[in-house]
Amino acid sequence: MANELARWQFATTSIYHFLFVPVTIGLAFLVAILQTAWYRNGRPEYRSLCRFFGVLLLINVAVGVVSGLVQEFEFGMNWSAYARYVGDVFGGPLAMEGLAAFFLESTFLGAWLFGWDRLPKAVHLATIWCVAAGTILSAAFIMAANSWMQHPVGYAMHNGKPELNNIGAVFTNPTFLWGYVHVILAAFITGALVMLAVSAWQILRGKSQEAFTLTAKLSIFVLVPATVLTMFVGSELGVIEAKYQPMKIAAAEAQWETCKPCGFSLIQVGGGAEDKTPSQIIEIPHLLSLLATNSWNGEVKGLNQLQAEYEKKYGPGNYVPDVFIQYWSMRIMAYLAGLVLLLALWAGWLLHRGTFATSKRFLRLSIYAVVTPFLMNTAGWMLTENGRQPWIVQGLMKTINANSPNVTSAEVWISLVAFVLIYAALAAADVYLMLRYARKGLPAQGEEEGGGADKTAIPGFAY
Amino acid sequence: MSLHTLWFILLAILWVGFFVLEGFDLGVGMLHAIVGRTEVERRAALNTVGPWWDGNEVWLIVAGAGTFAAFPAWYATMFSSLYLALLLVLAALIARGVAFEFRSKYDNATWRETWMWLMSVGSLLIPLLVGTALGDLLNGLPINANGVYTGNFFDLLTPYGLWTGVTLTCLCLLHGAIFLRMRTTGAVAERARALTRPLGWAAIALVVGFVVFTRVVVGHTQVPEPVQVLAIIAVIFAARLAFTEGVGWAFTSSAVAIAATVGSLFIDLYPRVMVSSTSGAYSLTVSGAASGEYALKVMTIVAVILLPVVLAYQGWSFWVFRARVVVPDEPAAPSAPPAVAPPDAPVTPG
Repeated sequence: MANELARWQFATTSIYHFLFVPVTIGLAFLVAILQTAWYRNGRPEYRSLCRFFGVLLLINVAVGVVSGLVQEFEFGMNWSAYARYVGDVFGGPLAMEGLAAFFLESTFLGAWLFGWDRLPKAVHLATIWCVAAGTILSAAFIMAANSWMQHPVGYAMHNGKPELNNIGAVFTNPTFLWGYVHVILAAFITGALVMLAVSAWQILRGKSQEAFTLTAKLSIFVLVPATVLTMFVGSELGVIEAKYQPMKIAAAEAQWETCKPCGFSLIQVGGGAEDKTPSQIIEIPHLLSLLATNSWNGEVKGLNQLQAEYEKKYGPGNYVPDVFIQYWSMRIMAYLAGLVLLLALWAGWLLHRGTFATSKRFLRLSIYAVVTPFLMNTAGWMLTENGRQPWIVQGLMKTINANSPNVTSAEVWISLVAFVLIYAALAAADVYLMLRYARKGLPAQGEEEGGGADKTAIPGFAY
Repeated sequence: MSLHTLWFILLAILWVGFFVLEGFDLGVGMLHAIVGRTEVERRAALNTVGPWWDGNEVWLIVAGAGTFAAFPAWYATMFSSLYLALLLVLAALIARGVAFEFRSKYDNATWRETWMWLMSVGSLLIPLLVGTALGDLLNGLPINANGVYTGNFFDLLTPYGLWTGVTLTCLCLLHGAIFLRMRTTGAVAERARALTRPLGWAAIALVVGFVVFTRVVVGHTQVPEPVQVLAIIAVIFAARLAFTEGVGWAFTSSAVAIAATVGSLFIDLYPRVMVSSTSGAYSLTVSGAASGEYALKVMTIVAVILLPVVLAYQGWSFWVFRARVVVPDEPAAPSAPPAVAPPDAPVTPG
């Protein structure tokens, strides 16, 4: 029971955390680009845009940072058996993340926030780039740690525990390299779609249209290549996962029997653990072989065969992850990515013709499109984390053995309820502030953000 | 020196760094609604730590993550035994972190009042609970042969742990009051100055009590260690100087007092990292809880390269934003003078 609850808690808190992280990474870069443009051309609307999106960034960072703290503590609080077992390898990247990324991000974010009129322009520009660098460094270390759970490398067993013996292997783990690029690109898509949605809204409202056309253009310039690349990298990642975690991919396709060549199920009814043969299915021949193995007639092992293999290797037990979650998280991610790609191509076309700022249909659609990256990001993580089950570290430790032996169900209940309540309140405050600021539009010339409406606005005070 | 010991020292430095740096912004958080009566004054008080509080907090995160990397068994036992206490710490860190960012983003009295309370209570809970936790490491908690905690939440509230928590909280208050006096002008600075007197006396009493209590808990010798004598001397200096013009020295003294108090815990702890009150044989030790040689070597190289860089840019940030926050008397009109005086500007009262 405590184990089950701890899993719910980790799933809830990490999904929540990852709603904010990609916005932070994406917007940090976009704001840095805006500020670079302002630094080079000196046009005041760039400064206004930079501060406008900077506020949205800051509201997000606040929630992203505090929900990240929870993740860091949870390993020891709920999963102490895991922490004890893997700390030798897994703890390293987390400590490096703190030293290399968190200090950088937080120190320079403070300097950026308070440095507007105090730092030389070039130094102030450098601070926002340091923040952006901090965000992607942070993602690198945490992805290296996570990838080690998916595909453990660079260690030897010592006294019954994995002990690090090759740090280079941890950072060149193919699961890490491809997964990391995939996540960073997804973050760029998220940031770009947020910026596009806000800009489209402002253009439709007829406020500061020219300025927001600039940010809409910028977001489309980022969105188009990022979407194409993410899909390519994601499909490569699928091939790597099929190699190291075949269960994950077989479950994502609800592929119970080994096939060669394999068709890709576009949509199906049934095919879960209880009814292994789907009652209805629409299939594209050869596509799964192509996706999972990069070859036209490649073989994909079925769940039944893999289950038999794993039982032989690891002893009795159920080694098949939840097929329903795998199948649908994969499809939600991929199908939404397809829609985003269409939107991006349409945007590129309108941009080429120079008419995107007047296409009401496109602008309206762009506003609604802002929900897609959050759904895709969540589905992507569910696919990768659920697909690792029943393992917490693939092949080394099962999730069922990883929770803290001394922590009772009652304690996990208390913390789970506490986090859900706190997070709900935070989300409400965050969304409320984001909408308020997004609606507010650009400050008039010479007026600081918060300006006229805020009677207590004091130059130099950020908080 | 073995890498185990080196990492124990590094972690002690991270904890010291956390309390010295975050100490003043926690103090400011606790005091901002007391030294500031109006909204503008409260904003001014919080903006004194504006550019830094976030970076200061990272010292705590790195202390936690460093423990995970260098001493997994310590991290596992400590974080799981402190379960509900850490839940409260997290809630406090969340409330406070978000309060900074959100409070002024919506001009509404209820909204600000809510964040004011969350900021004040959050800033109080963090040093109280984290201080209690550090005291518990030395005092001892019921831990069995497998390093598993066998007590409940109330077993965490040991008298020594609580004394340590209260002592560190009071030191943070004094540190914060001195900082506010140093960094603000006018009524806010005056109120901060007035607060340093009772806080100074309380801190002296608590630190002396802490030293005596520590000797009792550690047991084998009654003579205070040099670091504990230093803590007492430093807190006396801080309390005395806080009232004079030498406020910079007062701040240095309160920093030393905090560093010596936290440092003393780790000095008495070594070579143990977590004492078991069930049996001395079950106490976790640096060698028993540590990661393998290779992992420690890698972490050492990373820390040796990165720590000086971090110290350099954090130092740079402290230097660049060193100017006092001038507290405007009235809500600023659009034509108000800049709120920040040049670094060398004389202090103008009122």
